[in-house]
Amino acid sequence: MRKAVFSFCPAIALAVTTFVLVLFAFSGARAGAQTDSTIQDSYYSEITKAPAKVSAKQNSFENDPEAPRAGRKLYEQHCAECHGPSGREKRKAPGLFVEQVRQAPPGALFWVITNGVVRRGMPVWSKLPEAQRWQIVTYLKSAPKVEAQ
Amino acid sequence: MAGTCASELDVAEKGVARIPTRLQERKGFAGYFRAFAFALFIFGCVSVGCSTASAQESPFIVAYSHYLEEPGNLEVEYFSTYGTQRGGNNFHAYWIELEYGVKAWWTTEVYADGQTTFHDSTIFTGFRWENRFRLLRREHLINPVFYVEYEQISEADKIIKEVEGHDVESGHGALNGIARQGHKHELEFKLLLSSTYKGWNFTVNPIATKDISSAPWEFGYAMGASRPLALKASATRCNLCAENFVVGVEMYGGLGDQHNSGLHDTSQYVAPVVAWNLPSGWTLRVSTGIGLNDNSHRVLVRWGVSHEFSGVGKAIGRMFGGRS
Repeated sequence: MRKAVFSFCPAIALAVTTFVLVLFAFSGARAGAQTDSTIQDSYYSEITKAPAKVSAKQNSFENDPEAPRAGRKLYEQHCAECHGPSGREKRKAPGLFVEQVRQAPPGALFWVITNGVVRRGMPVWSKLPEAQRWQIVTYLKSAPKVEAQ
Repeated sequence: MAGTCASELDVAEKGVARIPTRLQERKGFAGYFRAFAFALFIFGCVSVGCSTASAQESPFIVAYSHYLEEPGNLEVEYFSTYGTQRGGNNFHAYWIELEYGVKAWWTTEVYADGQTTFHDSTIFTGFRWENRFRLLRREHLINPVFYVEYEQISEADKIIKEVEGHDVESGHGALNGIARQGHKHELEFKLLLSSTYKGWNFTVNPIATKDISSAPWEFGYAMGASRPLALKASATRCNLCAENFVVGVEMYGGLGDQHNSGLHDTSQYVAPVVAWNLPSGWTLRVSTGIGLNDNSHRVLVRWGVSHEFSGVGKAIGRMFGGRS
């Protein structure tokens, strides 16, 4: 009986070691590669890739007085870890309270949140219901007002 | 799970009968203690230097949607399955799961499994290493994710994380002493096909499993549908808001093997599921699986708790001299 337990040990050690190596290899590689401003600009260029039909979508939460606050809550829960708590402080990903974002059509921002930028590390966020994604867009567009309150 | 013949069971029963009851109980407590200590150790390790991430987790315990772990985040999960066993002792199987988002398109996980069969013993039953790869960059009507897993588990494993081939209730009836002597080295492949529409998530996961030995290919499936109780977020941070609860149903079962495919001699389950995503990063899941035929366990009650830590990749990168 004891023999059976020990027969697992090398395999467990191998699996755990591989897991840690994968974790280490990819985390280390990412840690040094986030500062180039050219890369930052190309991140914002993702907004322009939104199809015209989607970009033209209207934000039905635009006039909802609760939406910026709800959007802020969602932003802090799901986005702030990478984009920074205020939206201006750069962390893993570019800040979102910049002109490129402020002037972008709401539909294009919604499209980027929905599809992510998978190749560059931003996951898809379609797991958030559509209403919540629009609430985040509302917050991004009205953030200075919310921050000032 | 391979069945155990009557003579083997007799031998096992005699063997277990020779072990004093108090010793069996002590072994059981030691197993529990080790599992609990391991879980505490993992939580402690990842808590150092990492912050909490708030997750919007799916309620499924068996089925998978196409959503992967966010890159750099580590989710530590503990799950339990309480199962009834006709012609044997009920059991409590459990596993610890470490899920790491390597890339936005790649998630890797390791599992450690164990189980307690009542009036028998508590044993460690093996480990699994799972990888999920997102195949398309953007969202589509149906989003495919390729899943591959290596399992090294004993025949005594009862977590029933997936059902395939001719896995039936009687396959879990053997005493631990005899069942643990058989080992499985399996490769498991799934195609996770998932779609999100108007707040609903629908997923179908066809499964193909091959034991590395000469055993035939086995097939199974899992599918599910889920939806948050509220689609719009409230403006205030709250624990009991409807938006934090996701409810759904999942169904899973075997589809036979390459020589004998179909639903006969397979087990099938349907399970209502609910997840409670707390803003603090904790997620609780509960599911009550009901066996749909005589080959299935009557009831599989599952629950799980998980916590997501963000910035784990960055913390490890810093430890090894990477720039933050």
